[in-house]
Amino acid sequence: MNEEFSVVGKKIIREDGFDKVTGQAKFGDDYKFDGMLHSVMLRISEAHAKINSIDFSAIEKSEFLFSIITSADIPGTKKVGMIKNDQLVFCDEKVVTPGDVLAMLVGESESQLRSLLSKIKVDYTPLPVLNDPKKSLDKDSILIHPETGTNLIVHHPLRKGDIEKGFSESDEILEQTYTTQLVEHSYIEPEAVIAIPLGTSQGVKIIGSIQNPFTTRRFVANVLNLPLTKVRVHQAHLGGSFGGKDDTMCILSARAAVAAMKTNRPVKIRYTREESILESYKRHPYILNYKVGYAKNGKIKAMKVDILADGGAYVSMSPFVTWRTVVQATGPYEIENVHTDVRAVYTNNPYTGAMRGFGSPQPIFAQESLMDEIAARLRMTPDEIRRVNGLKVGSVTATGQILKDHEVNLVRVLDVACGNTDFITKWKRNKKKKSIAVELNSLSPILNDSQFIKQNDLIKKGIGLAVSFRGCSLGAEGTDAAAAYISIQNDGSVYLDCGLAENGQGLRTTYSIIASEVLGITTDKIIYLELDTGITPDSGPTVASRSTLMGGGAVKNAAEILLERLEKFVKAEFKLGEDDFVSFRENLVFSRRKGLIAKFPEVCKLAYSRGVSLASIGWYKSPNVYWDEEFGQGDAYFTYVYGCQVAEVSVNIATGEVYIDKITAVHDPGKVINRLGAEGQVYGGVTQGAGYGIFEEITTDKGFIRELNFDTYTIPTSKDIDEIKPIFIEGKDSYGPWGAKSLGEPTLELTAAAISNAVCNALGKRFFNLPLNLEEVLLSKKLRPADIKRGSLL
Amino acid sequence: MEVRFKLNGKEEEVTTEPYLRLIDLLRDYFNLTGTKEGCGVGECGACTVLMNGRAVNSCLVLAAQANDSEIVTIEGIAEGEVLSSLQKNFLTYGAVQCGFCTPGMVLSASALLDQNPNPTEEEIKDAIAGNLCRCTGYKQIIEAVKETAKETIE
Repeated sequence: MNEEFSVVGKKIIREDGFDKVTGQAKFGDDYKFDGMLHSVMLRISEAHAKINSIDFSAIEKSEFLFSIITSADIPGTKKVGMIKNDQLVFCDEKVVTPGDVLAMLVGESESQLRSLLSKIKVDYTPLPVLNDPKKSLDKDSILIHPETGTNLIVHHPLRKGDIEKGFSESDEILEQTYTTQLVEHSYIEPEAVIAIPLGTSQGVKIIGSIQNPFTTRRFVANVLNLPLTKVRVHQAHLGGSFGGKDDTMCILSARAAVAAMKTNRPVKIRYTREESILESYKRHPYILNYKVGYAKNGKIKAMKVDILADGGAYVSMSPFVTWRTVVQATGPYEIENVHTDVRAVYTNNPYTGAMRGFGSPQPIFAQESLMDEIAARLRMTPDEIRRVNGLKVGSVTATGQILKDHEVNLVRVLDVACGNTDFITKWKRNKKKKSIAVELNSLSPILNDSQFIKQNDLIKKGIGLAVSFRGCSLGAEGTDAAAAYISIQNDGSVYLDCGLAENGQGLRTTYSIIASEVLGITTDKIIYLELDTGITPDSGPTVASRSTLMGGGAVKNAAEILLERLEKFVKAEFKLGEDDFVSFRENLVFSRRKGLIAKFPEVCKLAYSRGVSLASIGWYKSPNVYWDEEFGQGDAYFTYVYGCQVAEVSVNIATGEVYIDKITAVHDPGKVINRLGAEGQVYGGVTQGAGYGIFEEITTDKGFIRELNFDTYTIPTSKDIDEIKPIFIEGKDSYGPWGAKSLGEPTLELTAAAISNAVCNALGKRFFNLPLNLEEVLLSKKLRPADIKRGSLL
Repeated sequence: MEVRFKLNGKEEEVTTEPYLRLIDLLRDYFNLTGTKEGCGVGECGACTVLMNGRAVNSCLVLAAQANDSEIVTIEGIAEGEVLSSLQKNFLTYGAVQCGFCTPGMVLSASALLDQNPNPTEEEIKDAIAGNLCRCTGYKQIIEAVKETAKETIE
């Protein structure tokens, strides 16, 4: 089906696969160095407290202790942050959330150091704790960071058209409130980093499970007060990240670096799972209020959205996460009048930041639930209401952007998804006129005779769908460019590197395919270099599903520079006519007139001997975007992708269990580069999305996380989803390598919404609060330990 | 205390502390870092090794319990540069992404195929249900195991 391509679009095996299936691949904690010290963190059991003093006298003489690292050891900035410097590397004045670290002990053995922690005397004054984000903006609320004068982290308004006029022109108005929960990234590898002192002239080297080496470098350089060049960050194999090994790893790297500089020894920090969940940031819980006005034909006239995000104790990425939310809050629908406010606020809860989806799964759950509810009220099918309102070429988005320069495949992915699943027939068959959910009375939570469920009537089938559009890459968040480096050796083998970091998703393989396609060589000729900030050009972070689009663009550019150089050289060297045409295929070089003229290595050897440079740096910069802060208007992203997922579920009406029979995931990621990797993104993203939809939840008690390990925080296993079917619609686009765009995040953002709509189809009852765990489905409430008394559900 | 056992086909004898876990012995003493620690409580399966042919969580086994047993880690699955057919199929079917769960996953699946060369899809899912993977959604892993069984039967 890809006749014009030799490698692009095929199923290509990972370039790091061999090392990973044999255990040879080295992750952060697998590195050891002579004289390396270990470290443990000092914390207190408080979510909010003023630290009066820390008394280390009881441990100072311990043989287990090599050094105590505190804020006083930091030569540079003591506060760091992705966007705002509000997070202390060592919180020696105040803690604002339970994960906060006061100081660090360094010594030969982790277990010996741990035995010292309880002997340190911390004198502190507990402060009132703020856990409810709804109270953060109250006039009398305590302030988490008093110096800022407010608990408001950010407010993104969006105003389009005339909202009141839109409501007055509507036939019906519907208002609903939705909530989504705090969830953990759950990368299987906990955080690990080693800092190695390199001496006065070279600075420090950092090796670790780092998502974004260039961001880590900035943090460490600021904390050590060193120029960027004196901090070299080397990325180890990364055991999963999903947006989660950014801030946390930057701060851990800074702590390790401070200790390494003080002790002049390599220092390793590695976290247990409990520490990882305790300190790392999570996905924002949202409270979403939607008011929508629509005509009897289904056309939405006006949508008013008010969203509150719990940012926890630090700003982190909240301003960017909620910015994506404000752009996409009204969904992939053309609506004339929109009025949106998205706010993020401080609390003493665990802080929240980037996680795969990045501010989209929450509004998608709300807006896709809402669309189904409108459809039900108007006796339309879920696909009909979306066809009436869905974005098409030339549509104007909520931010006033006209969609152009790419195929706007929203309706197409919807059609393919419905056709492939026989959606309408199944949806109509399962549809319930009224709720068949068993309603338990919380005062007497026992079924009465009329509620008796026959064994063969336990399981109800349901089908539901959700659609989305998603802006690709960073958009108006910031500068968006990437660089790649290719160096062809005189034997025809090739080094490849890019400033974007492998996160496990397979970008190195994708880049190898792109270079291989352009240069006409097989992928086994390419060695992908480890990312080292001392060698690789800065390309911004591996976030926002931008790697294939931006880094891929840079790799293609680097390869094309070399291809052009080689073509010119071959023409001259082999005395080909000006009108002849040189092509490179499968490690061979052809002339249109003379046929095969040389092998690729021969050409490289010749070119090298003639002094032709065989190295190049490629660059890819996004087109400019525009954003008006006051009205939330502008061309937010330079291009978009579209997706539709259909969930088919079996709901046990006696237990509330939702079992996922099948998810059909139809995505337009633009051109697919590695089919194997693309399918892997869908399987993985859908599975994470399903966990978000039906059982994952971090709960807190006065800011303290209850689920600190995988025994209580359950993520999907091999047995939780029966079937996932990926389908790609490869829409044309003028950006990215051959029009390749984004896939990683779109795969996750739709699943919970589709599942919720499917459960509604099965039971005739709508859900407003994620996750749809047993008690939500059965009791329409979330049970907390405090709610459960022996023998009662009161 | 003295512990004698066979590790990846080779007889070993070490002196160890009674509280040391098998995972620590493997990673810190033998430098077999293919065995990973993800949770330390036997939930994630990243530390899976084979003990007398059975898949066990090496974070829940004391080093001393390995006495007189046969331990196989991920480093003992391939023969030099030659991958086992299961490892090859992990690559062919895209069963690897970040790769942190992969060693444990390969060992759990190996134990299954050794005991049951022709497992059903349900049996495959059961065998790897104790190995958490956050990247792949398991589908390509299940495919890889299924295909390996098919090849072996043929």
